[in-house]
This record gives sequence, structure tokens and C-alpha cells, in this order.
Amino acid sequence: MLTLPVFAWSRPKTVDEAMRVLAASPGECLIVAGGTDAVPNLKHRLHEPKRLVHLGGIEELRGIRVTDAGLEVGALVTLTELAAHPYVREHYAGVADAAEHVASPQIRNMGTVGGNLCLDTRCTYYNQTFFWREALGFCLKKDGTRCHVVPQGKRCVAAHSSDVAPVWIALGAQVEIATPGADGASGAVTRRLLPVEAFFVGDGVHNNVLVPGELVTRVLVPASSLGVRTAYRKLRPRAAIDFPMLSVAVAARGDASRIEALRVVVSALGAKPRTLGGLDAIAVGKPHDAALAEAVGAVAFKQCHPLSNVPYDTDWRHDMVPVFVKRAAPGALGVDA
Amino acid sequence: MLPAVTDIDAALAHPEWQVNEKAGEGNISKHVRLEFGDVDGALAAADHVVEGDYWYEGSTHAPLEPHCCVAEFDATGLLTVWSSTQVAHYLHRDLAKVLNLPTQRVRVIQPVVGGGFGGKSEPFSLEFAAAKLSMVTGRPVKILYTREEVFYAHRGRHPMRLRYRTGMNADGMIAGTDALVQLDGGAYSSFGLVTTYYSGQLLTAPYALPAYRFDSTRLFTNKPACGPKRGHGSVQPRFAFECQLDKLSERAGIDPIDVRRRNFIGERTKTVNGMRVTSNGFLECLDAVERESGWAGKFRRMPYGRGIGVAGSMYISGTNYCIYPNEMPQSAVQLRLDRSGRATVMSGCSDIGQGVESVLAYIVCEELGLDLRDVRVVAGDTDLTPVDLGAYSSRETFMVGNACLDAARHLRIKIAQTLAERWGVSPGEIVLADGVACATSDPAQFAISVKEAFQRAEARHGTLGSVGWYQSPKLGGEYRGGTIGASPAYSFTAHVAEVDCDPETGFVAVKHIWVAHDCGRALNPVTVEGQMEGSAYMGFGEALLETQRYKDAAPGHAFGLHQGPSLLDYRMPTSLDTPELHALIVESVDPEGPYGAKEAGEGPLHPSIPAIANAIYDALGVRCDALPFDPPSVARLLRGGDARANWERARAQVGGPR
Repeated sequence: MLTLPVFAWSRPKTVDEAMRVLAASPGECLIVAGGTDAVPNLKHRLHEPKRLVHLGGIEELRGIRVTDAGLEVGALVTLTELAAHPYVREHYAGVADAAEHVASPQIRNMGTVGGNLCLDTRCTYYNQTFFWREALGFCLKKDGTRCHVVPQGKRCVAAHSSDVAPVWIALGAQVEIATPGADGASGAVTRRLLPVEAFFVGDGVHNNVLVPGELVTRVLVPASSLGVRTAYRKLRPRAAIDFPMLSVAVAARGDASRIEALRVVVSALGAKPRTLGGLDAIAVGKPHDAALAEAVGAVAFKQCHPLSNVPYDTDWRHDMVPVFVKRAAPGALGVDA
Repeated sequence: MLPAVTDIDAALAHPEWQVNEKAGEGNISKHVRLEFGDVDGALAAADHVVEGDYWYEGSTHAPLEPHCCVAEFDATGLLTVWSSTQVAHYLHRDLAKVLNLPTQRVRVIQPVVGGGFGGKSEPFSLEFAAAKLSMVTGRPVKILYTREEVFYAHRGRHPMRLRYRTGMNADGMIAGTDALVQLDGGAYSSFGLVTTYYSGQLLTAPYALPAYRFDSTRLFTNKPACGPKRGHGSVQPRFAFECQLDKLSERAGIDPIDVRRRNFIGERTKTVNGMRVTSNGFLECLDAVERESGWAGKFRRMPYGRGIGVAGSMYISGTNYCIYPNEMPQSAVQLRLDRSGRATVMSGCSDIGQGVESVLAYIVCEELGLDLRDVRVVAGDTDLTPVDLGAYSSRETFMVGNACLDAARHLRIKIAQTLAERWGVSPGEIVLADGVACATSDPAQFAISVKEAFQRAEARHGTLGSVGWYQSPKLGGEYRGGTIGASPAYSFTAHVAEVDCDPETGFVAVKHIWVAHDCGRALNPVTVEGQMEGSAYMGFGEALLETQRYKDAAPGHAFGLHQGPSLLDYRMPTSLDTPELHALIVESVDPEGPYGAKEAGEGPLHPSIPAIANAIYDALGVRCDALPFDPPSVARLLRGGDARANWERARAQVGGPR
């Protein structure tokens, strides 16, 4: 059977304590919340940390709050809690729907909002056992220097695979990050906020801006986004368990007779979600009709290029981009798909 | 180093890249060619001939429990191996042979097994390695395969490339069939000799084939070895053939269920290849699926995207063929009773979740009037139980059931004789039922508990014990290989599948499978239904999702590596994907089986795949001749041809208002 590697274990009670633990062994810690992704990855030796820092004891990271500023979702909120929350369901249906599309009920009971946001990128040549990867020759994401998806590629293209992140991006949500003080362990911890869209970077080895010692603490959806409707569509071979082969999040203002704003985010392509460009010119001020749906689908097809990082027919996934965009859009405009 | 041979074409094209030095010639593992009747003449004279190529993707068994064993070589020189095997007896023999130990110093214990499906039906390297390590170290040794190692140990369903030519006359009668089959066997033989025969031999019912030829070649390739999986060797040809019947039905303009009825081979008959058929409830199976599915109102009558399809099949109830030829029983049982009112059955049978141990208990209860809780079953321990060959070829209920019935009836006779003497009645009047032993002539006067009856019989005869055994009659055709495929009884199955397809994406949702199965007699209807549902589910998974693929050479650096040896990447249907399964038991009461029982564990899988393929044609007008019917494949078919025109034409032909 596959075994876990040997590691030390910490279970801090506060964010400050977690930050001290992280600062004490810079770059050698793996942060774990639900463990649903970390544990199989540890068994595959995709992570080889000296220490696991388990966030489960940090009460302040729990809970969903609605304030004048907007919706605050703690990093330790489980995907089940997020999907079931009445306010989320009422105002951010696409967020709840995306959370419900993750894996299976058991995994959603354990998996957290923070973990989902920080989900490691996935690739058919990476998410394999050590034995398998060694047999093939290691890749540049872990232990090697070459890319098996894009020969001669210099940059890892492992796929961003979070279901919820595309919806956060479409909504304009922000992520709060705890950052160590200038002198590490002894300095005062600060918090910085940035748009979820800016959280991700196009490098599959490490596809977000977090530096060692940093920690995601919350996701914030500004109150200004109230009135934006969201919808999520996920391409997966099975009705449960699978990571996305393709995912589409749509956020819109207005309705079918007049679109006031439209954002479409497509993911499970490369290392970061792709926000479609050029939609304002096509969509804003227009009614949502067949011609518009075609036009938006055509933009999506042109801008999105699935790779063989995800082990499923690449051409077909490309063909499905406009189909899924067309199918997601009505939900964000208050019409039945 | 020789180049890698990773598919059938390379194995044939490059005999000089020999994968397995045991191959007689090139990469040929086994070649069988058998012809019954004048196939060429029959096809030349037929009104309609359909010819086509089919591809069956291989699959793994995926039992939840990976292979596991513990070995202990003790100070007295006794080797005990606990293994999640489904063939304790064969493992016992092979351990002794390979490790050079006397067979009487080897004990194999098979604990509760978490699924087999044929994947644990031969000894594996872990059992020998653990045993040898224990012999060397003097310590117990445990080995548990990872899921990845299960994929590499494999012995799963063979990928097969099949070319079929079938003729039909205008009246819907099958004229003849010509089959060319190539099996991708992986690097070793496993039971490949049998697989190669089964790929042809098991097609000759439930329809009468007036003329039939098959030419099957198993090839060695540099991949994990294929072997037996539920429906050994016969699931793939059944897929091809039942799809051909659907195409021919359309050509002849006859409803495909009617075509299957017209060609029914009958009961108490012989197939074209010399297999004896006893009971045969296939017509009742067709009636059941036609009625329950609402076939008449749906076939060629539903809107584009929705469809319904039918298929049928047959399977063996145990093989006549032991892997080492001998004259000893294929299955045996020891039974003992005592004054406590308890029975103990000892059997070498392998319960791998199918419930054979409970079947033995039911039989003892039925014969001796005991409560189920008062029967103990000791099984799967070569020290404690007489030999049974194991859980494969759907033989357990039939063969060990017959052995148990034999043993129980010996004791029943002793008890009946004892009571008849005491009560002055004839033994034929004695009934043992519901915990009571009585004489039917005067149950008010002559009635005691079965416990007291056991005590009286023990006083009269001494300690109560019996043995029972089963050896199948000599069966099969009078030709080389004619015993392979011979079985004392055959089960029959019909499926109707209903699908709802998305023409834009190619997604196929199977909404319902009605599975009617002639199991002879259902000794426990719940477990029979479980086998039928499990089989239909497994076939459905192979049809739509499961992809046992190896990375191809295209990127140049993953040649022959398994695509994803894990249960995340090897996708089996979840409960959300699974159709409503409607199990419809048909009981033909076979003269050879225990209380008329036949098999139910493997037969019900066969028609799943062609029934779904035929339903997709009804829905979309495309023929899925290659597995799996995944969305990219279906989408490609939809783009590639005149799907809509085919669909309209098929409807016009059969689907007018009745």
C-alpha cells in the first residue's frame, strides 16, 4: 500500500501561532486543512515537507459572516457549509453550485474554501505515484526538468482545477492573505487583500502568489457585487468525484433583455483560470439571444486552448468550450437554461 | 533490447520482437480455428449480410480490496498462507510446486474477500514472494498490493479486435456467422488458452447458428497480462454479434426482439458446436424485458436523442474443464450433525462476496429442517475442508451446491430411516421442516424437534457425518477443444437498455436497464438480483466509461505506460451515473442444478454493452462499434456521418404507428 512520508506535525490555535511555525522552517512546511488533496499528494511524494501545519485548530478561520462590506468566508469553511449557506445560495448561487460540484459529499465535508483556492495544479504526468513518475522520467513540476505535455516547454502547464475559484474571479471576490513581518518570526503579522484573479499566476509549478510563510485566511465578496448573478458549468465524465475537464463560470448584471455586465471565466485549461477578453463590446447593452450566445461562444473557443495535461480528448474539450459557455450564460441572466 | 510491442498490429507485424519466449511462433500466444457447417455457402446464399469491425477496450476488475496475503512458515515446516484469492485449491497446488514443498505441508486459508470478479483467480507473485520471505526469515510476512500494482498484476478483460460477418434470410433467420478475433493478451498467458476458445465457443446459443466459424488469435504484447474477468472471453464477441443482429434486423425490417425469438435455439438441444443445452428460459427473458420496458411504445418511437435497445446472451454454469485433468470430484462437501441440533458444512468453496457460503446453509436447512442460524459453514481452508476448485466460471452454486445437496441427502435418509423404524411408518413419510421432524400420516402423534431427531439418529447410527461430491458428466463436442465451453447447464439473459443522449456533447445517459435472467431457480432471490444488478452495472461501466489505456507514443516518452493506474483516473460509474436497474428473475428449473439452479454471477453482464450500443443507434442514428461509448467518441460519430438521416430511415422502416 502507499504510505505517507515521515513528517513533523503542528496544530496551531491562532493565525499568529501558525505564522510563527511557518516562519520557523521557511519553505519546509505544508499547510493542511481538510487534507483531501494533500494526503493523496503526500502518498504520491508530490509534496515532501518536513512539517505539516494543520489549521484545524484555528477558530478565527471558521465561519461565514455577512457585513456591510460584504460576504466574508473563512478559509476553514467547508465546501459543504459554503454550498448550504442560505445567504450564499440566495445571492451567489454560482458559488454554492460550484462548491457542490467538488468531488463527493465526504470530500466536501472535509475540503475547505482555503484549500480549494490553493488546490495544487493537476496533470496526467504529475498526479501519479513516485514509481510511475520515475518510470517515465520526472517532469519540471516535480523532481525533473522537462515537460511531458509541451515538449521543449519551459513553463509548467498543469491545470488549475479548483471548481470554486472561477466563480470567485467572475464575481470579483478578494482573497485575504496573512503575511509575516519583515523580520520573519518576530515581526508583526499583517494581512493583505488582493483580487482572486490576481492570486493566480500562470506557472503550474506553483500557480499562486503565496510565498513561503504566507497563509490564506479569508475570501471576501464585496457588497458591491450584490445583484450580480453567477452560474457554473463543469465538464466531467462522471456526475461525481472527477476534477473538471473544463469549467466555466459566468457572472452577469442585467437580464435576458439587456445585459449590463458580463464576465466569463474558463478553467481546467492551463495553470490559471482564463477570463475571457473583449466581451464588453459584444455583450453590454445587448439582449441575450441566440446570436449573442454564438458570438460569446466563438470568443471562448478562440481564446481557450485545452492541453493534454488533462487526460481526456483535447479536441473534444475544445469543442465543448463554447457549448458550456452557452449553457452557463442563461443561469447568470436569470433564464432557465 | 527489443522495441516494445504495445498493440495487436505491432505484435503481428513484428514476430521478431518476441515478447514471450514461450510463444510457439512470433508473438502468437494461442490460435484456434473451428468451423461448424458450411459458412461460406450459407453467407453466399443469405438475403442480407452484414460485415463489420468492432473494438472492445479491455478493462480491469477493480475489486475494492487489492490483492493481499500473509504467509507464515512455522518451526514444524508448515507453510500457512492467508490470501484474498478466489482459488484456494489452485494456489495450494502451485505454492507447493513452486516452493518445492510437499502439498500436505501447505495450508491456504482464504478469509473474507473484498471482491474478485476473476481478478484473483490465479496465484500471484505476492503469494510466492511472501511465502518465500517467510521461509527465509522465519517470520510472518504480509504483502498488500497498491492499487497501481493491481493494475499491473491485471489479468483483466482482453482487448479484442473483432471482425464479424453474419448472414440473415428475409424471414429473419440467421444463416451463418464468420468471426475473426484478435486478442491483446499482454505479456503472459494467464488463462489465455481458455480465453481464446471462449471467444468463439460461447456464441452458439441462445440462437441457433446453422453455420459458424471462428478464427481467434491471442497475441503477446508488452503490457500487463490479461486474463479472466466476469464473463470470461465471451463478453467481447457477444457485443459484436448482438450489434450485428440489430443491424440485420433493420435490414430485414423486423423488430429486433422478434428476430431473437425466431432464432431461439430451444431447450433440450445441442448447439452447432456440440454443446448440450438443458433448460432454456430465453423466450421468457425476452418477454419480460419487452413487457417491463414498454418496448412496443418506445422502439423507433421516441424523440431524437432518446432510444432503446435489446440484446441477449448465454453463459456456462461451471466449466467441465479442470485446469489439471484428473478423475477426482470438482467439488466436495463434508457435513456433520450432532446432538446439539447444529449442522456444520465444510467446503473448499470460495466466498468472494457472491454468497456461496450462505447457499450451502440454505441447502442444509432445506434438507434437514434446520433454522438458518443453526448451520455453520467452514469454508476456504485447505486444512479443514475438502477440495473445491474455486470461484470461477460461475461454478460455485451449481457444483458445490450439488455436492452439498448430495451430502445433506445422505444424512436426511439416515434420520428418516431412524424415525421410520421407531414410528413404524415408511421413510418416505418423514418430513424435516421448520425445526420439526414428523410423519405425514399422523403428524399429531409422530412429531419431534429436529434436534431430538438428530439425537435418535446419532444413537442409532453413531456419530453423524456425510460427504457429498459433484463431478460433471462428460460433455462437449468430439473435436480438439470440444470440451472448452462445455457446461452441465447454461444460463440465458436478455437486456433492454434505455438511453437519453445529448447530441450536442455526445454524452450518453443510460436511464434504465431491464435485465431478465434465467438462473434456473433462484435459491436466494435477493442475492440473484444482486448479481444481476451488479453485472448490468459492470457492463454499463465498461460500455460508457472504463478505459484501460496506455499512453501512446505520440509525445515520444510515455510509450506503453498505463494512463492512470488509480481509481480516480480509471473511471467507474458512481451511483449518480448508474441507471435504474430492473432485475427480472426467470426460473426454468434445470434438471442438473441443485433444486434446478443455474448460474447468475456472470451471464447477466453480457448483453449490457450491445443493448446500450443498440439503444444509442435508436436514439441518435450512429453505430457505436468501438468501446467505450464516451462523449468524444459519440460526438465524433455524430459529426462523421448522416446520423439524422439514418435515424429517420430506421424510424420509417419499423416505427410507423401500430
